[in-house]
Amino acid sequence: MSDDRFVHLEKVSVAYGQGAEQTLALCPTDLMIGKGDFVALVGPSGCGKSTILKLVSELLQPSSGNIFFGGREIGAKPIRVGMAFQSASLLPWMSVRDNVRLPLKIVPPFKASFREKKDAEYKDRVDDLLEQVGLLDFADKSPWQLSGGMMQRANLCRALIHDPDLLLLDEPFGALDQFTREELWQTLQTLWLDRKSTVILVTHDLREAAYLANRICVMSARPGRIIEDRTINFPRPRSIDVTFEPEFGALVQELRALIVHAAPGVQEAAA
Amino acid sequence: MNARTQKFASTGLIVGVFVFWELFCLAAGISELVLPRPTQIVAAFLEYAHAIWPHAWQTLYTTMVGFFFGVLIGLSLGVLIGSSKLAYDTAYPLLVGISSIPKVAVVPIFVLWFGAGTVPAILTAMIICIFPIVVNVSTGIATVEPELEDVMRSLKASKAEILWNVGLPRSMPYFFASLKVAITLSFVGSVIAETVASNKGVGNMMMIASSSFNVPLVFAGLMVLAAMGISLYAIFAVLERRMAGWAMRKHN
Ligand SMILES: Nc1ncnc2c1ncn2[C@@H]1O[C@H](COP(=O)(O)OP(=O)(O)OP(=O)(O)O)[C@@H](O)[C@H]1O
Ligand SMILES: [Mg+2]
Repeated sequence: MSDDRFVHLEKVSVAYGQGAEQTLALCPTDLMIGKGDFVALVGPSGCGKSTILKLVSELLQPSSGNIFFGGREIGAKPIRVGMAFQSASLLPWMSVRDNVRLPLKIVPPFKASFREKKDAEYKDRVDDLLEQVGLLDFADKSPWQLSGGMMQRANLCRALIHDPDLLLLDEPFGALDQFTREELWQTLQTLWLDRKSTVILVTHDLREAAYLANRICVMSARPGRIIEDRTINFPRPRSIDVTFEPEFGALVQELRALIVHAAPGVQEAAA
Repeated sequence: MNARTQKFASTGLIVGVFVFWELFCLAAGISELVLPRPTQIVAAFLEYAHAIWPHAWQTLYTTMVGFFFGVLIGLSLGVLIGSSKLAYDTAYPLLVGISSIPKVAVVPIFVLWFGAGTVPAILTAMIICIFPIVVNVSTGIATVEPELEDVMRSLKASKAEILWNVGLPRSMPYFFASLKVAITLSFVGSVIAETVASNKGVGNMMMIASSSFNVPLVFAGLMVLAAMGISLYAIFAVLERRMAGWAMRKHN
């Protein structure tokens, strides 16, 4: 029963600030996400996508409404969350490897044996993942020695390393070139097919949303609302070729039209 | 200017100052009772070396003990105050207030309570270095970027885990910067206390030397203090680079 409501936002709204300076970031929103689903959130900049991720990761309290996990109130039974932040937020005093290893130090059950395993099993685990995203050579470097795209890849690894039940990705591939990006799409798809975690992906790239997700939620400009909720049925595993199919192109066009429509400041011609 | 010419220039400047000092005193015929020449100071140092040694040791000892406890107390208070926003906002004005009191003014109080000797010197060295450390460490912890804390909070880390993995490492550059100030201040503290109320230590030695008009020895004492101060400063600068080098990446 609770499987189709693994994450459930019920009339959740968020207003930042206080008093006269209060801005409504998110209109009362209902959103239900099933276990093992892969949902993409798209919408114009500033519409509250990151805000939704912060709500789901409990970094932010809603101004009204309720959030449930597996049918239970937030905090009742902690679920394991992996979050890749929009600004990579790597800790500058740690090497890339230590940054990626950090969740294993904090999150049960890994933390219980962190001391014994950190230089053996956990190190291999981290290095395997770094290798998959092409960062193994940079494992001992400091975050500030990486390029923006490399930081994002490290950030992605840190979100994945502890096998989260719920994976929250905030524009994880924003700073990457097309080729690396498409490679990582495939990596992410493979990981997701293996692990069957639930994913919420925030992105500006509609091809990315259409390629990766099972479901795309389109949001309106601030204050955000979900104006379209669409199921994507391309068979898995999807190869990059799917993005060249006419059906795929039509879908992306349609989503673009919705978003252009939703962003009041942006003219059709600019899209 | 590259690092080598810079080093060369600094050394040249230091040597130049001493040479100028020497020549100036010779040319102007300044008496050694007013301002001894560097060569006379060195001569006095060599002549009295075995007499200076126990005093230097005493000063170093009181400073280090005071400094050690100062760091211990400063660091714990800083962590305590920095890790709660309420405590930080409440206590910060008080801290700034206290740290602007000239701490040497408490020496007579310590003498009153503990008598003359080693104890007031240690306490003065301690109290004088606590506040810069508290202010720096608490600021380092209280100003942690919320994004970095969010990384930990999204992993459901406890307050203690956040403090240990983010707050403390983040405050290390502040801590080491304050240590360099604190160690110098500790020397000031113990020397003042020795000057006022002790029969041991470089400060006391300089007092006695000056009352007997042994001006070169007074200056030799000053040299010893400078040498100890600079060495300890250098040790902490090296420690800083090793422990908090990540914050100084712009310099290399
Ligand atoms: N900490 C904050 N304080 C005040 N307002 C905020 C804060 N964070 C976000 N906002 C406001 O809330 C709105 C939604 O922000 P959010 O970060 O969720 O946007 P987003 O959809 O992720 O945008 P982008 O695609 O540009 O990342 C924005 O208009 C922003 O101005
Ligand atoms: Mg965002």
